[in-house]
Parts: sequence; structure tokens; C-alpha cells
Amino acid sequence: MHELSIANSILEAVRKERERLNGARVTKVGVRIGELAGVDPEALSFGFEVLVKDTDFEPLPLAIESVPRRHECSQCRHVFTVVDYRMDCPACGSTDSRCIGGDELELAYLEVEEL
Amino acid sequence: MSRLPLEQKVLSENDRIAQRLRERFLARGLFCLNFISSPGAGKTSLLERTLERFPTGERVALLTGDIQTDNDAKRLARFGFPVKQITTGGTCHLDARMIERALEDWPLESLDTLLIENVGNLVCPSSYDLGEAAKVVVLSAAEGEDKPLKYPAIFFKAELLILNKTDLLPYVSFDLAQARANALQVHPGMEIVELSCKTGAGFEDWMKWLARRRESAKAGTMLASGQV
Repeated sequence: MHELSIANSILEAVRKERERLNGARVTKVGVRIGELAGVDPEALSFGFEVLVKDTDFEPLPLAIESVPRRHECSQCRHVFTVVDYRMDCPACGSTDSRCIGGDELELAYLEVEEL
Repeated sequence: MSRLPLEQKVLSENDRIAQRLRERFLARGLFCLNFISSPGAGKTSLLERTLERFPTGERVALLTGDIQTDNDAKRLARFGFPVKQITTGGTCHLDARMIERALEDWPLESLDTLLIENVGNLVCPSSYDLGEAAKVVVLSAAEGEDKPLKYPAIFFKAELLILNKTDLLPYVSFDLAQARANALQVHPGMEIVELSCKTGAGFEDWMKWLARRRESAKAGTMLASGQV
């Protein structure tokens, strides 16, 4: 259960951005989480909600975009999404591919009210 | 309402410290491994048996993380190498700042190898870079062979899988071949060593991997510093 400390890192980053924006009102924060990141979206949402409660950030919804694992075929360079650990290329059938994404743990965007 | 793209890593602060550690390790030719497993898979036993095989003059040190107690540090200190316990006080993983703090009063120049035993947990430690050269995941025959599929993050990020407690195979329903297949499904090309800390079977393969990996890290260091 490290989602609470990850939620805290997100809130810290939001705090920094808000200062940079001279205290603009932040209305939403978007994050991107890969299936290989080892982070449970539900636990993260819950942790974030708890941290935001009774602070001047409230209400601050956290939008989580779940990102699948992506591979690039080493033969034909086709990029595909890996489902149920099936890693053979759907374009050419090659079993030789490499992982190019899916472990993201990123702050994607903030929505702020116009000053 | 306007949307500001951020495009930054959530754990950028941890990653920044980990990178600083990695540069310090590289500059001193220090080889660092981060051991991760569920509680009870045998990380401490693996390290005990490994230290036993090191010559006395080996320049190795250990950091061991636990939520409570210094039991592991006591077990590991018996071998005469420097050991420091990091008690996280509830936190389920080690982070780069804890490592940096623990190393503050340690002369890194006097070390060739640093072994970090993470908190027993198959999930959380996988998110935190500690500046290591490689992560090693330990899975034991007392667990299930489907663990790599259930916890893909750590099996994907670790360079080596150690399948421990092979001495239990006759008594448990653990399917070794399936465990290997599952790990390779999550992480094609992953290196796998089977061993038993209890009987010592397979231990030579692990010691060979360690020596080989340490050499390749050293070669990388020399390459980076222009010594070759």
C-alpha cells in the first residue's frame, strides 16, 4: 500500500505548480498510470481523496488514465498493445518484440480556473 | 478553465535522488543490487548464504529495510561485514532518500559492493528506484507459480529471478516449469536461477551471476570514466 505516499507526491507537485501559478485555483489533476507501474488506481484515488479532504485544495478530483503495456515488433516495427501477456506481433506474427511503454507513473495535466 | 500539460514523473523527486546515488556509485565503481520479494521468500537467508561464501576481505556492505525490528541486521552482522538496518516505521518500501541518509556516514570508497534488502513486499518497492545497478526478485516454492502474472511490475523490472526453496519442491504443489514460463511471459529473456538456501543446491549459479554482473558493471564504469 504505497499509494498513499504516491498520492502525497502528486499533491506536493500540485502545490508547487499552484505556487508557480500565483495561487490559481486548481480544479482537476490528471495522472497517467501504466499497468506495469505496480500502482492500484482505486487505492490511489482513495489515498488522494483522504489527503485533499479539509484542505484548501478541496474539492480536487483526480483523473486517472490507465495505460496498457505497449510493444514494438523487432521485425516489422509495428507498435501494439499487449493483452493477457500475448506478445506476438499481430501484424507479422513475430515473437520478437520489445516493451516501449506501460510503466508510466506520470502527472499528465492540471486544470485551473482562469484568473 | 484551462488545461496545463505537466508531463512529469510523479516520483521525480525520488528519481532525482536515485540518479544522484547512481552517479556516486558509478564514480566509485560501487556495484549495488536491490533485493525484492514478498515477506518470507528468503531474502535474508539468501544474503546470509552469500556472505558466507565471500572471502573475509571482500569489500561488501549491506542495508536492510524493515518496518520494525533490527532482526535482519543482527542476522547479517554475524558475518563481519558492515550492516545497517533501515527501520521504515510503517512504510512498506525503501526510497532513495532513506538510502542516501543511511549512507551519509559510510565511507563508500572502502566498498566494492552494496547489497540492499528491501522491505518484504512484492508490490510497492518496485516503484522506487534506489540507484541500484539491478533489481533481483526472489520467489520461493512456498508461494504460487502464478506470482509473476499477478505482480508483473517487479518481475518486469528485475534483471534476475531467484527461485528459492527448491528443497521444498517434493512437498508442495509449486510448478517450477510454469513459474519460469510465467516469469518469461512477463519479462522475455529474464535471467533465472533456481536454488535452495537450505541445501545450497544451485548456489554456484547465483554466485557466478553475481560475479559476472559485477564485472560487467565495472566494465561499464571504466567505459564511462574513459579508463578503457
